[in-house]
Formats: sequence, C-alpha cells, structure tokens
Amino acid sequence: MRKLLLFSIIILVGFTFIGRLFYLQVYNSKTYSLYEDNAIRKVFDYPKRGYVYDRNGELLVANQPSYDVMIIPREVEPLDTLEFCSLLKITKEDFKTKFKRAYTYSPRLPSPFVPQLSKADYAALQEKMRKYKGFYIQKRSLRDYQTTIGANVLGFIAEANQSEIDADSYYQMGDLIGKQGIETSYEKDLRGVKGVKFIQKDRFNRDIGPYKDGIFDTIPIAGHDVTVSIDAQLQAYGELLMQNKVGGIVAIEPSTGEILSLVSAPSYNPNLLVGRERSKNYTKLHNDSIHLPLIDKGLLRMHEPGSPFKSLVALTALQEGVLDINTTVTCQHGYVYGRNGRKMACHCGGGVRNLNSGIAQSCNAYFATAYRKTIEKYDDASHAMDVWSSHIKSFGLGDYLGYDLTIGKKGNIPDGAYYDKWYPDFRWQATTTLSNAIGQGEVLVTPIQLANMTAAIANRGFYYTPHIIKSIEGKTIDTAYTTKHQTTIDKRHFEPVIEGLFDVYNKGTAHFLQVPGIEICGKTGTAENFTKIDGVRTQLTDHSIFIAFAPKDNPKIAIAVLVENGYFGARFAGRIASLMIEKYIKGTITRTDLEQWVMERTLEHEYDKPFSGKPFGINANSKIMLVEEYERLKKLEVNQSQTILK
Amino acid sequence: MSLNRNRSFKFDWITIILFLLLVGFGWLNIISASSSGEITSYFDIDQRYGKQLVFILFTFALIILVLSIEAKFYERFASIIYLASILSLIGLFIFGKTVNGATSWYGIGGFTLQPSEFAKFATALAVSKYISDLQTNIKTVKDQLKTALIIFVPAFLILLQNDAGSTIVYAAFFFVFYREGIPQIYLLLVLSIVVLSVLSLKFSVLPTAIIATILIFLHHFFIKKKKGTILNPIFISLICIAFSFGVHFFYSNILQPHQQDRISLWLRLEKDPEKLEQMKRTILYNLNESEKAISSGGVTGKGFMEGTRTIGKFVPEQDTDYIFSTVGEEWGFLGSSMVVILFVLLLIRILHLAELQKSQFSRVYGYAVAAILFLHFMINIGMVMGLIPTIGIPLPFFSYGGSGLWGFTILLFVFIKLDSNRINEW
Repeated sequence: MRKLLLFSIIILVGFTFIGRLFYLQVYNSKTYSLYEDNAIRKVFDYPKRGYVYDRNGELLVANQPSYDVMIIPREVEPLDTLEFCSLLKITKEDFKTKFKRAYTYSPRLPSPFVPQLSKADYAALQEKMRKYKGFYIQKRSLRDYQTTIGANVLGFIAEANQSEIDADSYYQMGDLIGKQGIETSYEKDLRGVKGVKFIQKDRFNRDIGPYKDGIFDTIPIAGHDVTVSIDAQLQAYGELLMQNKVGGIVAIEPSTGEILSLVSAPSYNPNLLVGRERSKNYTKLHNDSIHLPLIDKGLLRMHEPGSPFKSLVALTALQEGVLDINTTVTCQHGYVYGRNGRKMACHCGGGVRNLNSGIAQSCNAYFATAYRKTIEKYDDASHAMDVWSSHIKSFGLGDYLGYDLTIGKKGNIPDGAYYDKWYPDFRWQATTTLSNAIGQGEVLVTPIQLANMTAAIANRGFYYTPHIIKSIEGKTIDTAYTTKHQTTIDKRHFEPVIEGLFDVYNKGTAHFLQVPGIEICGKTGTAENFTKIDGVRTQLTDHSIFIAFAPKDNPKIAIAVLVENGYFGARFAGRIASLMIEKYIKGTITRTDLEQWVMERTLEHEYDKPFSGKPFGINANSKIMLVEEYERLKKLEVNQSQTILK
Repeated sequence: MSLNRNRSFKFDWITIILFLLLVGFGWLNIISASSSGEITSYFDIDQRYGKQLVFILFTFALIILVLSIEAKFYERFASIIYLASILSLIGLFIFGKTVNGATSWYGIGGFTLQPSEFAKFATALAVSKYISDLQTNIKTVKDQLKTALIIFVPAFLILLQNDAGSTIVYAAFFFVFYREGIPQIYLLLVLSIVVLSVLSLKFSVLPTAIIATILIFLHHFFIKKKKGTILNPIFISLICIAFSFGVHFFYSNILQPHQQDRISLWLRLEKDPEKLEQMKRTILYNLNESEKAISSGGVTGKGFMEGTRTIGKFVPEQDTDYIFSTVGEEWGFLGSSMVVILFVLLLIRILHLAELQKSQFSRVYGYAVAAILFLHFMINIGMVMGLIPTIGIPLPFFSYGGSGLWGFTILLFVFIKLDSNRINEW
C-alpha cells in the first residue's frame, strides 16, 4: 500500500495535466487566425476605390487622399497637448473625450482619433508626428466628386459602424464603407481588396519585423471602375428644373431598363459629405424636416398614382375582354352608382366617351365603367379582384421592383384577400372599391414604379428591371437586369391605349405641352394628400404627377415626375416631363417658354403652409408664386419678426 | 568477476533515453524562447540557446564522471557531500549574488552557480544514508526528528535566501518517509493540514471549525470501534480551530503581499471585479500570457520557431520557469501531452527501479529522486497552466540554466549508477 501513494499521485497529476491541456488547447481554443492574434500588428494598405462614370463616359466620382490621425491609447505617453491640439485644430476638452472614447473601444487596438485631415493640416502635423507616441497617421482615400449633381444616386462613403464590422470581417474600425446609393450597391466592386502587412510585435508592443518574412502579406487590389446609366446632362437639367420644389423625377430607357436620371429634389452637393465637415453637414441635411433632402423622393415617396393609373385599368379591361375600343360610356359629369345614387365626379366636360377620348380627357366615368365591368366579370368579387390585381402587378407595381439601389417601398395593389380582411362581415363588390379605377383608393405607387410602368407601356408589354448600373470594369452586370419581364397583357391591346396617351398631348389635358418634332405620349395625374396639423387631418394642395414616353414608336425615354403640392398634373410635372424629354432627345430646349415658367416659380410657400400656424387655401384657392415674390415675402417676414423683437 | 564487471555497465537505458528525449526537446524549446526568430549559429555563446548547448555538452562529461565513480562512493561520502553542500549554502550569505531578490548564486567569472540546485542531491544522499543506517528506526520519534533535521537545515537556509519556491521542494521527502514506514498518522496529519488550510482561507475560520468539529465527533461516535474518553475529540477539535486561526494569522501577517495575492487569486478570494482586473494586468500577467500562449497552440501547435507569442516574448521568463508555455504554443496539445507523458514515464520508471533495489540506501535514494523530480514537474507545469498558485521553480531538464540541469543530472545519474550496481550488492 505504501508503495502506491506516490505512484498513484504521479498518475493522477499526469491525467490532470493532460485534461487541463485538452481544456486549454482543444476544448477552449478558437481556430487560430492571424487577424485575431494580438502578437501580430496588421498594417493595411488601402486600394484605390473605383471611379464612377456616367453613361457618356463623363467622370463623376474620383478619389482624393485623406489622412486620419490614429491612436493606440496604451502607447500614448505624456505629450504637449496644447501644441498637439492646436495642430489638430481641436480643443483640450475634445482631446479628452476623444481619448476616452478610443480607450473605451480598446486600449491596444488603433482607432481613429481625428479623421480626415486636410492636406494642409497633414503637412503641418507630419513633421512633428514622431514626438507624439501612440499616434500615427493612416492614409486613406476619400471621394472627390467631380460634379454637384446626383447626390442621391452617387451616395457617399463613411466609417463603417459596429454592426457593419460585425457583419463582415473585412472591415475594421475606421474603414470606409458605402452608405448610400451606388456606393452601397456596388461596395464590393468599388472598394477593391485592401492589402495587409503582418508585423511581429513584442510584449511592449514594439515592432520586431515582418511576420515570417512577409509570406502572408498581400498587396492591395484596386477597385473596379463603374459606369452608371445616369445621363449627367439630363440629371443636371432635372435638378435645375426641380429647384424650389419638392419631388422626384425618374427617367428610364425602356429598351434596357437603364435609369437615365433619378432626381430627388431638393438635392445637395455630394461634396458636402466629404471631409471633416461631413458630420456637421450631414446633421444639417438630416434635420431639414421640411424638404428632407436625404430622402430619395424618386424611390421613397409613396402616393396615389391618380390618372396615369387609368391606362392600366384600360389595359386590364381590354385583356379581360369586358371592353373594346368602340365601347362608349356617356359621362354625366360623373359616374352614378349604388342604391343611394352616389356619384363619382368627373371634370372631363361630359359627353360620349370611348377608349381614346376617355384617356385623352381623363374621363372618370369611363374608367369607373371599365373597372366595374372587369370586377363584375366574375361572380366572386374576391376572385375578380385577384385577377385584376395580378394584371396590374405584372407591371412591377405593388412590390419591390428589385432595382440596384438599396432603398425602396413596396407600394400597394390590393387583391381579394386585402378587401376580405378589410370587410370581414360585408359582401364587398366592384363599387365598394371603385376609387381604384381612377388611381385612388387603396392603390399606392412610388415614382420609380410609375416610370417603370410607363416603360412597360412604351415597350407594348414588357420591361427590364430598372437599374442604375451600366457596366462594371472587367465584369458583366447582374442578369437580373438583362432579363425581360413580360406583362400579362397581350401586345395588341397596347396600341389603342398608346393612341389615347398620344392624344393626351395632341388634344387632351397636355396639349399645351407639345414639343415640336417629338411624338410624346403622356398622362396627367393629380394625387390628393393630407397631413396632420396639431392632430387634425388637413388636406394640402394636390401633388402634380405626370408620366410620359417618347417617341411614340421606338421609345427612347419613359419618365415619371412627381412635384409635391404642385396642383394639377400638367401644371408642374407635365411641363418638367416635356422639357426632360426634349432635353434628352434633342439635346437642346425649344420650349423655352415652358422652361422659363418652371424656373421662375416656386412651391416653397406651399411647403411652409403646414408649419405657418395660419389658415391657408389649397388647390384652386392657392396662389401660384414667383421665386422673387417669395423671397421678398420672406425678407419682409424676417424684418417683421426683428421689429417685434426690438 | 568478469560477469559482475559487465553487469556494472548495465545501466537502465530506458531512463537514459527518457532523460535524453527531455533534454533534447527542452533545448529545442529554449531555442524558440530565447532567440529572436533568427538563428545564426547554434553555438552562439551570447545567446541563451548557445549557452544551454554548452551546458548540455558539459552535462555529458558530468554523466561520464558520475557513472565512472564507484557506486559505494556515494553511500560512503554521503555525509561529507551533505556537509559541503550546507557549507556552500552558508557561504552564500557572505559571497552570494542576488538575482531577482534571491541570494542564491555564486558568481564565478561570467558564470553563476546556484548551490541550492545541488543541495537537493546532497540532502537526498544524506537522508538515504541516515535512514538505511542499521541503527536508525524511522518508526521512532527520535529518528524521525533527526531525519527531519537533515532536511530542515538546507530548506531553512534556502528560505533565508528568499527562495521560497526551492524550499517547498523539500516537502518531497515526505513521500520517502512514508514509503519507509513512518506511522499512518503523519499522512492523516499532512492531509488535514492541507485541507484545513485551504478551507479556512477559502471559507474563513468559523465554517471550517464547525465542519471539522462535526467530522471529528461523527468519527468518534460512529466509526471508531474502541471508544476512548470524550476529551479526545474535544481536544482534537480545539487543535483544528487553533490551527485554522493560525493559518489566517500566517496568511495575513507572515506571507509577503505578492504571496498573498497569488494564493488569493488561486482560491478566487478576490471578488471585486475592478481589483481583479487590476491583478490580472499585474501579478497575473505572466500566467495570463502563458495560458494564452498555450491556448493559441491548439491541437497541433504553430510549429517550431513559429509561435507568435513566443517570438514576441509575450510570456516573461519563458525560457526558464515558463518554458512549458513555449511547448504549448509551438507543439500544441499533441506535443505538450507528449512532454507530460514522458515525465510520467520517467517518474514511474524511477519508482519501479527504486522498488527493485536490494539495498535500502539505493531504494530510499531512488525514491527521493522520483519525489523531487515529481514535485518540480507538478509545481512547474501546474503553475504554467494556472492550476496551482505561482511558485517559481524550474522544469527539470527543460528550463534554461546550467546549475539546474547539472543538479538534476547528477541527482538522476547517481541513481542510475546505484541501480546498475544492484547485482553487485551483498
């Protein structure tokens, strides 16, 4: 027995040690990664970010060098903060908070201390940098916008936030990542691949030399240049026309689905979001709650489509065979329906309408009839609604379009289930949902959906998913954007509708917008809209909406324009659409009268109304205002308030 | 006679091969731990791996010397060797050189010599000699005290030189005495002391006293067959409680602050997270880095000279006390388990051989060798992996240092010599 004591203890200790080793090295050990080894310093070399060109090869976005002052808090030694702060142009309080923030992130990992120094600041600092232990300068590449347009499309880059870093191990604290527009959509193509050098450290965090003589080091791979489908000239012109208005323009090339321009008004100079003023400017833009310049109106504004939607109602009725081009409806300044003789008003002037004049004069009674016939074709209203809905949805409405920008809205196209849920105890029928016939009621669309719908009509029955990308250097674009989407409407039904849309320009609601030499098809629209003022639902001046495509045969451009609170469709949106079409097709403007009219007028007073605290008139009761007039008024107001203050 | 002569060269090659494997593998790890990633010449005497190679070469000379001396010499001259060793320890108080707070070295030219590394061997000889003396009966208290004194003198001298780690190694002799027949009560006593110390530090005095008293009385009433007076358990309980207080007094008033911290960390006495974090960065720094290095090795390790934490010198003292963390990082679970297995095999082999000895002297000495090596092995690797509080003693055959290597080599090879001679006994 006595012989066994030491023997068994030795065996026991041996097993304990192997168990402990197993726990440390096998059970509790993460797969080894050089990137997570804090004995190895990783030095990154950032590649050139891809340039962005417009469809005509005009350079829109290039790069400029920028210098970040980085900090490794643990290595910081006592320094002349006064001099250091003045070099960096920060206060001593800034210094303290920045230091604390960096220390909280990590005492031993580098984090940006003062990002994006200007070249001049960098030059002054560089000479003295060696005096400040624990600080170093990291060179990065910032965007240099060669243009002042298209901020919403071009987007911007900024430091990756924590959730982005967690989601993709490529990014480290302080790395730049695309935050909006094509910078987000094509981030992986544009950014390239950064190079990395692994450097062995000792426990005092000093560099000893390259890890394994640098066999794992990589050199940076430059990002791909990207060509966007935007026509910079057209985009610039669109932004010019939209000055002093809020709204969006979406122009699409129907034969390809390429987005020719995507205007969101008001816009801002993309250079505002570069450099040290970035966050100040961003906050300013973010806080403009009247104009919301950071919201892309072309992609995110959801509204009733109004009359342009009537063309789809007509196409659906034709496809379902409940209507032909000779069917006539007599309009009695409205459409009377239901047991109690309810009436949907119509401003077309009344009289006998067929398909052509129905579209050209935008007759509500005609489309109410067409819609009602479509829904009443089947005994089951819910089923009929599904049929109608699927026709409409085949134009890309009611769901995300799938374009290559990361923001969007679904819109809404109701189907049978939608109303079954809405009216659980009620046998609803065609007349219950009659507003849909004239693009009101439950139908909601975004401007880009309207533009795509227009392109599908222009193409006589198909569309390509709209996209902002034209080509990527050394790569082909996603096949999603080169795949044809067929609508459920036969090609033959389009011609009569398109003739109607042509007559809108010829003799209908948009006849005064004709452009000599171009056969334009279009449709005016007006969308009622409401806001809440002190909790009271208040109607504002209608949105002005217009869709158009041209030329009638072999269309080159399809466009949708939304001008918020611009009143009837032809007033603002129609003028702007015509001018855009002329600009794109001819390159010059002959309808300078239209141009002058649009440029001289403002809608700012409309946007002020909900915030004025005073009663106001809308639509016909609202005065249209010149820019100078508005500015004079504003000045007066300021003077008044100053007098009161005195 | 000629047969016997041949026999005398019959060394136990298994032990020798295990020894060579450990020394060789140890040197590889010293290369990693002491180089800065580049080797110009393995004989570069300015580098620790170069010096260690010289030490190893010198070791072979030492081995030949040890093996060529007549086996009887060690028994006969045990007392003289012991006295010389004691003198060398006393001499340190006059001529000693202080490194890291411990006055344990003689400086001779560029080299230093640490007599405490040789004192283990000398003490082992003296203890074997005394126990195997025909007049000694280890079962008597008088002889127990005398053998204890043999151990106590060098241990105390080493403690005075502020090398507490090396002092603890002398506890190894307990295993020797136990094997040689000291009463069972001593084992019970040692166990009680260990358990009581840990309990009273971890759970404070009162709960420990209550638990101890309950156990003692349960034993008295239900297990013990021959019931003595009730005074016995009361008396024992009082001793336990007094001891428990004593442990606390010792911990708070006699131990130095860094020793207190080590124990407090090991027993997880510190609960304040901020102070714990602070401790982790200071006194736990070595252990933290050593555990990280071992963990980062994974199953197969990063490979020889590829350990990033070793190259970066993240673990302090990595070529001496913390050499095992290099093994862990560069050779992984496979390599470090291999080292543990080699040590276990060596220890068992020595124990096995000791039991085969015909002379009591050889057996006691063999036992002492196994016990001393075991204590080093257990304390060092246990400490590097965070299983026991930090106690700075080298890993035999692995850690950098000439004195240590020679001390262990002599210790081991004297036994191999004795073992080779066992046929010649009588």
